Amino acid sequence: MFEENPVQEIDFTTVSAEPVEPLYGPDSVAGLDYMRDLGFPGEYPFTRGVYPTMYRGRLWTMRQFSGFGTPRDTNGRYHYLLDHGQTGLSVAFDMPTIMGYDSDHPRAEGEVGRCGVAIDSPRDMEILFDGIDLSRITTSMTINAPASILLAFYLCTGEKKGARFDQMGGTIQNDILKEYIAQKSWIFPPEPSMRIITDIMAFCSSQLPKWNTISISGYHIREAGSTAVQELAFTLADGFAYVEAGIAAGLDVDDFAPRLSFFFNAHLDFFEEIAKYRAARRIWAKRMKEKYGAKDMRSLLCRFHTQTAGCSLTAQQPENNIVRTAFQGLSAVLGGTQSLHTNSMDETLALPSEKAVRIALRTQQIIAHETGVINTIDPLAGSYFIEAKTREMEEQAEDYFRKIDELGGVVKAIEMGFFQREIGRSAYEYQKAVERERKIVVGMNRFRLEDETIDIPILKIEPEVEIEQRNAVRKVRADRDNDKAARELARLKAAAQGADNLMPVILDCARCYCTEGEIIETLKNVFGEYQEPPIF
Amino acid sequence: MARKIRVLIAKPGLDGHDRGAKVVANALRDAGMEVIYTGLHQTPEMIAESAVQEDVDVVGLSILSGAHMTMFPRVMELLKQKGAEYIKIVGGGIIPEEDVGRLEALGVAKVFGPGTDTRDIVAFIDKNFAHTA
Repeated sequence: MFEENPVQEIDFTTVSAEPVEPLYGPDSVAGLDYMRDLGFPGEYPFTRGVYPTMYRGRLWTMRQFSGFGTPRDTNGRYHYLLDHGQTGLSVAFDMPTIMGYDSDHPRAEGEVGRCGVAIDSPRDMEILFDGIDLSRITTSMTINAPASILLAFYLCTGEKKGARFDQMGGTIQNDILKEYIAQKSWIFPPEPSMRIITDIMAFCSSQLPKWNTISISGYHIREAGSTAVQELAFTLADGFAYVEAGIAAGLDVDDFAPRLSFFFNAHLDFFEEIAKYRAARRIWAKRMKEKYGAKDMRSLLCRFHTQTAGCSLTAQQPENNIVRTAFQGLSAVLGGTQSLHTNSMDETLALPSEKAVRIALRTQQIIAHETGVINTIDPLAGSYFIEAKTREMEEQAEDYFRKIDELGGVVKAIEMGFFQREIGRSAYEYQKAVERERKIVVGMNRFRLEDETIDIPILKIEPEVEIEQRNAVRKVRADRDNDKAARELARLKAAAQGADNLMPVILDCARCYCTEGEIIETLKNVFGEYQEPPIF
Repeated sequence: MARKIRVLIAKPGLDGHDRGAKVVANALRDAGMEVIYTGLHQTPEMIAESAVQEDVDVVGLSILSGAHMTMFPRVMELLKQKGAEYIKIVGGGIIPEEDVGRLEALGVAKVFGPGTDTRDIVAFIDKNFAHTA
């Protein structure tokens, strides 16, 4: 057939440069056993979905990542999104908050409120959630090194509003391993960082039954330039490392594993992404059962949030990003995601405008209510291509797990720069592929507009935000009982030097309005700071 | 034989997005330039110091966090204070169009936005900063 019919001279590979066959058939899935390899949704090995009814029971949570400017600015955006049908909250913090600096710290200059919302103290958190009932909505907070602190601020805020700890649901990203690998917002070195994480796991297992302690992330690994298989393998490897850390800290796997969650990217290659999510569920379930001996079914579930790929968007002809995001959002739904963020068209230029984020939210609502894809569970199961690709990605991930084991585990591999070099190489190869037009990016290396002008509203962060935040944090420090604050920080230092769980002590610091910067500074004095060797 | 062009690729401020900086660093190295990469979380002081120590011709600042109107001028001011005004600045990242104009007016040689072909960056640096024998 292919001898008589000419094929185009283009690259028939995925965006990850994986070759794709012209045709898949029964041979492609030889040896596939339905009950062993797929099972039913909500049943081992969960390839078809983590829950028995999936979207027939409940839609994924529509959870747009947002934050900018002051807590008051972001509170306004949260109300806007909730009014427009969003079903969960997701907090984007600014760089000073992410890196543990108060808004009046010298290193915060020029950065306050620009990449997300500035949160210096529990007072800011109270403003952020003004008018929102924390016992009835779940909140995801994208925060890593200072996750314990922002969790404490959130719990204090809930407490003040009359919510009980056992009512409050949400997630902290709290995935420090991927920081060293990809997102790069670390503070402390790996060992004390893992201690903080196991403290959080232990605390939440008894106090916060509805809280996801880690959002083990592949999104950022992919954004840094990895392939889909690298995203899959490195994320799950990080997950296994957290499981091992929890067990080493003396916890029973079933005490904490049910509250581990995941976060994947929804990139451009439609079918590769769907296969990736299915492979993730199968791999996680098998390992948790066979290697870590988990008995609770919930420990086997790879529950995940998805965000559409920021790195796939273009600054040129930004309206095209609406289309990219729609396809990516669809792949995440067909892959069985539990919650979804769809990017706004203007995110290559600025933080989302109201109009752009509304369109992004409507994209999810159209998928949910108009396309019919939610009517049946895991509709692509049984496809020769999808099942072959799911199996192929699982096998490729296993190759990486072996390699990481040979290197001595995730932390050792991080120290050796293994992940960083793999990702850097994939990123560079992709760039060359685009420049050679082996990969087409519409509007950028093909189908361009000369002398383009951008015709959409662009969000601006005013310099007054920084001034306002600086004044606000100084006021918090002036108004509180400073003797009490100093005593709690001293207690924290002692706890950090010892082995006690840090969460209750951090909570006490939060209750007397210690600032994030003060708490981080105290911990830095004990734990030190991480430095990355600058390889490229 | 002409000396190779020396470039410092720097990440100022708290921004941790280094994909672009590393891709550019690799492209410049493949094109035959000497490239030094500072790593992340550099203050303007650290960058200016490295630029002088490493005796570079060009500093490339990569910044996606929105702090560019603070960082670029600060680096340029510090280079001037060190008597190193001859070191030129180029940059990239997420920098709105109107700020590109303001930065170029302040003396930044060129801002390379999202979607730039690395060959254009190589060509620009080659054309403007090459040493003659």
